[in-house]
Amino acid sequence: MALSGIQIYKMLPQTNCKECGFPTCLAFAMKLAAKQVELGSCPYVSEASKKQLAESAAPPIRLITLKANGTEVKVGNEVVMFRHEKTFYNKPGLFLRVKASDPDLAKKVATADAYKVNYVGMDFTLDGFAIEADGDLVAAVKAVRDVTKRPLMLIGNDAALLDSSLSLLAGEGTLIYAADAERSNYEALTDVAKKHKAALVVKADSLDALADLTQKVQAKGVEDMVLDLGGKNLGEWLTRSTQARKLALKSNFKPLGYPTIFFAAQNGLDKEAVYAAQAISKYAGFVVLDTFAPEMIYPLLVLRENIYTDPQKPIQVQPGIYEINSPKPDSPVLVTTNFSITYFSVANEVEGSGLPAWLLVTDAEGMSVLTAWAAGKFDAERIAKAVKGFDVASKVSKKRIVLPGHVAVLSGELEEELAGWEIRVGPREAVDLPAFMKQVLN
Amino acid sequence: MPIEIPKDKWPGSIKAITIGATAAEGGTRARSVIVGGQTTMPYLQYEAPTPNKPVIAIEIRSRKPEDWSALLVEAWGAAMTDPAQWAHKAEEAGADIIVLTLSVEDSVEDAVRVVKSVLGATGLPLAVWGPGQAEKDNELLVPVSEATKGEKILLGICEDKNYRTIVATAMANSHLVQSRAPMDVNLSKQLNILISDMGMPKDRIIMDPTTGALGYGIEYGYSVMERLRLAALQGDVMTQFPMLVTPGFEAWKTKEAKVGEGVPEAWGDWKNRSINWETLTAMSLVESGADIIVLRHPESVKRIKEAIEELMMA
Repeated sequence: MALSGIQIYKMLPQTNCKECGFPTCLAFAMKLAAKQVELGSCPYVSEASKKQLAESAAPPIRLITLKANGTEVKVGNEVVMFRHEKTFYNKPGLFLRVKASDPDLAKKVATADAYKVNYVGMDFTLDGFAIEADGDLVAAVKAVRDVTKRPLMLIGNDAALLDSSLSLLAGEGTLIYAADAERSNYEALTDVAKKHKAALVVKADSLDALADLTQKVQAKGVEDMVLDLGGKNLGEWLTRSTQARKLALKSNFKPLGYPTIFFAAQNGLDKEAVYAAQAISKYAGFVVLDTFAPEMIYPLLVLRENIYTDPQKPIQVQPGIYEINSPKPDSPVLVTTNFSITYFSVANEVEGSGLPAWLLVTDAEGMSVLTAWAAGKFDAERIAKAVKGFDVASKVSKKRIVLPGHVAVLSGELEEELAGWEIRVGPREAVDLPAFMKQVLN
Repeated sequence: MPIEIPKDKWPGSIKAITIGATAAEGGTRARSVIVGGQTTMPYLQYEAPTPNKPVIAIEIRSRKPEDWSALLVEAWGAAMTDPAQWAHKAEEAGADIIVLTLSVEDSVEDAVRVVKSVLGATGLPLAVWGPGQAEKDNELLVPVSEATKGEKILLGICEDKNYRTIVATAMANSHLVQSRAPMDVNLSKQLNILISDMGMPKDRIIMDPTTGALGYGIEYGYSVMERLRLAALQGDVMTQFPMLVTPGFEAWKTKEAKVGEGVPEAWGDWKNRSINWETLTAMSLVESGADIIVLRHPESVKRIKEAIEELMMA
């Protein structure tokens, strides 16, 4: 929670010495409150004040970064309860849990590491791996590091074993699971985390116990923590994650100001997808899956992208004339808007069909066809402007343009705007484009 | 150190609305359902109890749809050719409400007959939607509404371009209306105002904020729903209605659900992917406050019902 100018002023020397470049300490305090100047400009501020000011400027939910070999996973640093208030900033890390005792460990990790799926022009992958120490953890870490460069989470209770394993990951930012209030292990695990500069999950079955434990861990010198809130079902998990988030954001309650971790398969594999879905919408910083199933991972990656999209910035593509499957002058011209989902829906269908086409993408400020039309950002005038502006006529021998089915009403007006052009009305849904192009256009 | 948990206490609440009428209530349903009534944000039972859990509706058609995913045809089988059978099967699959969508080929006689046969085949409350073209919707829904007076059927879909006829017949025949606006808080309010200005009692209006599927606009509907729910709790009377969402319709029209061949290997198994597409769309909207969730696949029904049971446990 940001301090006001007056609050900051009370922490300054109040001598008006002017060495900071401002006439009074109050003036300097106001500038500091507006983040227009650095505290370092004041040579006389006390250590205690420095610490207090640093704390108040700290994000309510700590930013935790796991890193390895050039890849990073950043979670936390969130500021709102609802995405529409501003946005959710840092997508939860999606990790796959594997067991040290698994003879197929390396193969499983290699396959999952290579997984990549495309969504509206972006390639998504898993973020890292969690290794359960139910066997030789050191050997497992070696085997896993041979096949993936991604950040790791080590799940175990044996401090010595974790210490040896982390020594193999020198220089990386790893997550240790977990200092557990039920197991009285926090001292040993905090020492290991501190030694290796690892982040530490702190686990307890109540928010009170959790807050006590994070303060103990912090007192021993580890600041990078992740919370396991406990809970037995979707209702309990929703309650705890909402409470923890609200305490951090609204009550400025520092002991719970950390991202959370959630294990999606904790009540069985049949609930894994639905559990992970709740975690993604409801504030999780790390979501750990037990199953590598593309048919589950693909939709979860898409959901994560959707929930964490900045509501103020709908993903857009550059307006222009796009070539699909090497179109010729007699290939059809299709028109659509520059909302990414719209563009990719249309482009992917046409591309997949193998049929050549020119795809004219208008500037509809990132809105879908229907939304843009309703908002007056996709109409006959704008389509005509795009046709002329991108000089479509020079590329085609047949002046014919296909409108999206949802805006069939525009055909009359478009005929007037584009004299000499034939206006056709295409299907409403992109999935019906290939059939339309084959049967209707020839 | 006992932490003081911050709790919201809201001045407003969502209306509790009944769909379907039993014999005692003037209809023929075996039971009615009540949705809404919340006094806080979804499932935060530590702030206030959730008085009515959301209900699952299964969507059936008056004629077998030709463009549904093969996976849905596999799930429902021959029942898809007989709405009465389909309704019965949907009830067995766990539906709380049946949503019957009429077809553009239906005559008035067809429509009345099929609605009556569905009412005969199931004791569940019913929603009846027109085929989605204004003139045809009005042509079919008015006689259907008159023939089923007193059953408290949810008639749809009212949109700003066509709502008067449906609202008038719902008012005259003790039915409810579904008020759909395109993912916009102000447009939702506006339509609700227009409908209640006609004299429609506010305890017979269900809001439909319009649903986008996962990957195809879900977050727009999700955030509009959160904003509508917050406005309602803050006291805005024209947003205090339970919400209906259509993840079945939206998810099953995506390429991910319709197409099993010639898609990226990274998409995985077709059937599970499709069910995940519907289920994850639905689950997200449960979290953002959906009171009536309209689904198509029996497996999605099972998973969402289980999830709702768990959410109610806290």
